[in-house]
Amino acid sequence: METITVKIDGQVVEVPATMPDPITGKPAPTTMMQACNLANIIVPHYCFHEKLPIAGNCRMCLVQYGTPVMGPDRKPILNPDKTPKIAKAPRPVVACSTPISPGMEIYTNTPEVRKMRQAVLEFLLINHPLDCPICDQAGECKLQEYTFDYGSPVSEFIETKVHKPKQALLGPRVIYDAERCILCTRCIRFTRDIVGDDALGIVNRGSYSAISTFHGRQFDNNYTLNTVDICPVGALTTRDFRFRMRVWFLKETRTVCTSCAMGCNILIGSRNNIIYRFTPRENDAVNSCWLCDFGRLNYKWINRKDRISTVFSKTENGVCEEVDWQTAIEKIAGYLKNVKPGTSAIIASARLSNEELWLLSKLKKLIGAMSDSVPRFDKADNFLLKSDRNPNTNGAILTGICSERIGENLQNIKNKIEQGELKTLIVFGEDVVKVGITPQILSKLDMLVVSDILPNATTPLANYLLPGCAAAEKSGTFTNINLRVQKFNKAIEPPGKARPEYEFLSELLVLMTDEKSGYTAKEIFDKMTAGIVGFNRMNWSKLGDTGISVEKANQ
Amino acid sequence: MSNETAFVVFSAIKAIAGFSIMMFMVAYVVLAERRVCAFIQDRYGPNRAGPFGLLQPIADAVKAFIKEDFTPAHVRKVFFWLAPAIIMMPAIINLAVIPFGSQLGKQPMVIADLNIGVLYIFGIASLGVYGIVLAGYAANSKYPLIGGVRSAAQLVSYEVAMALSIIPVLMIAGSMSLQEIVGAQSGGFFKWFVFQQPLAFAIFLGASFAETNRTPFDLPEAEQELAGGYNVEYSAIKFAMFFMGEYANMILASAVIVTLFFGGWTLPIFGLDKPAQTLLAGIAHICIFLSKLCFFLLVFIWTRWMFPRFRYDQLMRLSWKAFVPLALINIAVTAILMWIKK
Amino acid sequence: MVIKRHKLNLLDSLYITAIIGGLQVTLRHFFKKKVTLQYPEERHLVPPGYRGAPYLVKDQEGRTKCVSCQLCEFICPPKAITITPPGPEIDPSTGNVEKRPKDFKINMLRCIYCGLCQEVCPEEAIFLMEDYSLSGTSREEMIYDLKKLLSLGGVHYDEVMKWKKKANEAKEQKVFPPIEE
Repeated sequence: METITVKIDGQVVEVPATMPDPITGKPAPTTMMQACNLANIIVPHYCFHEKLPIAGNCRMCLVQYGTPVMGPDRKPILNPDKTPKIAKAPRPVVACSTPISPGMEIYTNTPEVRKMRQAVLEFLLINHPLDCPICDQAGECKLQEYTFDYGSPVSEFIETKVHKPKQALLGPRVIYDAERCILCTRCIRFTRDIVGDDALGIVNRGSYSAISTFHGRQFDNNYTLNTVDICPVGALTTRDFRFRMRVWFLKETRTVCTSCAMGCNILIGSRNNIIYRFTPRENDAVNSCWLCDFGRLNYKWINRKDRISTVFSKTENGVCEEVDWQTAIEKIAGYLKNVKPGTSAIIASARLSNEELWLLSKLKKLIGAMSDSVPRFDKADNFLLKSDRNPNTNGAILTGICSERIGENLQNIKNKIEQGELKTLIVFGEDVVKVGITPQILSKLDMLVVSDILPNATTPLANYLLPGCAAAEKSGTFTNINLRVQKFNKAIEPPGKARPEYEFLSELLVLMTDEKSGYTAKEIFDKMTAGIVGFNRMNWSKLGDTGISVEKANQ
Repeated sequence: MSNETAFVVFSAIKAIAGFSIMMFMVAYVVLAERRVCAFIQDRYGPNRAGPFGLLQPIADAVKAFIKEDFTPAHVRKVFFWLAPAIIMMPAIINLAVIPFGSQLGKQPMVIADLNIGVLYIFGIASLGVYGIVLAGYAANSKYPLIGGVRSAAQLVSYEVAMALSIIPVLMIAGSMSLQEIVGAQSGGFFKWFVFQQPLAFAIFLGASFAETNRTPFDLPEAEQELAGGYNVEYSAIKFAMFFMGEYANMILASAVIVTLFFGGWTLPIFGLDKPAQTLLAGIAHICIFLSKLCFFLLVFIWTRWMFPRFRYDQLMRLSWKAFVPLALINIAVTAILMWIKK
Repeated sequence: MVIKRHKLNLLDSLYITAIIGGLQVTLRHFFKKKVTLQYPEERHLVPPGYRGAPYLVKDQEGRTKCVSCQLCEFICPPKAITITPPGPEIDPSTGNVEKRPKDFKINMLRCIYCGLCQEVCPEEAIFLMEDYSLSGTSREEMIYDLKKLLSLGGVHYDEVMKWKKKANEAKEQKVFPPIEE
């Protein structure tokens, strides 16, 4: 690959001559900003975003540069100390859209550059309301940060500020504050070029410019909330997270979205055991920097008050009573030990982690059960949201819980229960009444063990009801639609007595066999990958934050 | 009523009355101590419970009872429980021989008029050291132990000086019965032994400060050096027992001083220095005794808030190198003078 | 400095004079005027700048000055402050301030009266006042909520009234009326 050597703040770096364009993927000349990023030198910027086309309108990334002076022979003229003579450019340039050239020297931190940044900030703040105390962006606001670093303590402008619309609804999920907007057009470029929904534009002129939807257009695609993430200031805020918690209180947990098979990488922002928001986490192999609104807002059920939080067991005369974990697990183990092969079935949700599905497949072999998972398909969009809404369908297939055609066994299981062949049913995280196994059919069973998170039509019928955890409350791995195994991590504590499924499943297995599968997600995962062809050569620590795809690990 | 029954009944009444008055006084001496010390320090002291804070002792008692009586895990349980009881005992038992009046009707105002009263007092008072030593030993930790041991040394030293100092008094009175010693002081102020034996009084007063652990000799409970001394590990009512024991001892010491040096219940005016013939005079005698007692209690309190504490070596030197030799010289001089007078 | 110790003469070495002197001093003080403050009836006047209990204030127009920015909650060393922000619903009564705490709790048992909340407040909404003796009969009672804090804090005269100024400016410009849902 062709490279160019430049000097940034005295540091010599060799960077590729071209880098792919974020939209088309075609090679484009490397810019100063990209070179600085590769050298880990941060140039302050607002409108530049590495996944968006370049606009170059905020002027925050102004830097000084110089190029080697060429002699008549097209060779650099050398100084007495043999270094090439540099001719400093008379004017600054914007780093985000100026390509580099061989031998170029870039100065990002000279007094002149700092003064320019101060001046740019002063212009950006002419009409800014300075209302950080009520602004949701405070704490993650680039305007705040750069003003703190480079800004002037006073403003030369004494004129009355121009007042623009505040708390305007830009779409059903986004609130726009025009006074705070610096018109960087990141949101416009994102909707137009990444989502392909050209809904936003700038209206009015001069100080009255503001972002608005085009006439007759709605800003309601499935990716609107990403504009809030990329908005460098507090102009765009989410209606969902607005005024709910200041961002500096949020504990950020690196994890994975569970709303579809894509497995977008996210950060969960939580405080005091309450989840406040999901934000996307960069993973170029999966979701780049983006996250769909559907997945982002699908977290509220985790904090629901009616979560199953105690272990229930049904006595002989059909009364539900609370029992402790040990009793329940011991009794279930005692019962399952005496189950004859071919008389039981396991229906395990593809929303369980790989480890849990693997433990269930071990249980399946032990008691000679048949098993399946429940398919969950919905409309997909053309970007991130997949039609398969189970986060771990491929995990269920790889662990042998279901076949490639997920759900093909369900009818079979239903018939066998009706015929009285199957006497034991173990359900993990699914409502089997919904897939046609009605309460009448379930009543023919001798034993129904259910583990779930929220109450549904199946849970009241269970002989044993075991409270499980949402993905945000435990650790584990999912295998996404492209067979990428990704870790998810625990953000909050489960409610009441609820425990991660892998914990009590491995306890159950220890009681039934002498073999120990481990008690943490890490231990179980490492045991599992040794046993399953698809997962081999993987281990927990190799997964990292962004995961490994199954094929890659097999090579 | 036979003589014997009457003796038992009246003795019981006297004992109960004496004990009650003593406990009552203990309560109010504590209050007086707190008020006086406050006044000396330009404060008011406890003035909230009742008029002028007079109900404060009740509040204190309630507090002492309802506080958590904590027994640390490392203490020697038996001694830990025993020590607070022992500390109260000598003062109460000694009360039996103190003549607190002449007589009411036919009844002598003393519970037991022993002919060896003085010996009895010293015998019993020397038991007081056990309470402190046991408390220090029972606590099973270093500060109480140090406090207990050094107070044992202090009490033993000053008992010697104390006993030697009153020998001249006994020589002049010619008796060990306290009633007779009181009788020997009747007939004029200058018959009081304080004027006849000022040196003996001075030594006895000093020694009784030391015996009752009062400033300037309060090393056993030195807060600054020993975090409180032998009673560190005690709390609630057990701690209150030590506190009450100290004040009971103080009352007893005052009573002994009044009896030995200040004419007991007598007052050499209006013929009040002879055993009472009327009920009124009998009551007056009791009042005189109590007034003298209260005066000395005040002296005890006043002294406490004036003196700094002695250093331990100064304390020992004062006893063995000043009080004891002086007392011995005093005995000799008195003996010689008595021999010359004869 | 070296203090010379004079040799005591006979009278002094008997401590008699010293004892009498001491008794005189203590006796004199016994009758002196007492300095004790009879606390619940008499209260000492706190100096200006005294750091008592923190309370919330309203401005002279009765508006809760706090906008629940939660900076005090963040800075509070003993974590005594808990603020419940208003949430996403747009409340028209807040006007251009947009934000007002739904609840504001100060656990006075945890408060250490450091004054950092007052120092950090960008809205001059919380002040350490002159109260120094807070009492209650339960722990719950000592957790002061928004209503109590506001009633104890009273009114703080605000010379600037920045939110009102902003609203008036916007009104005069007549460019963008506040957009309603």
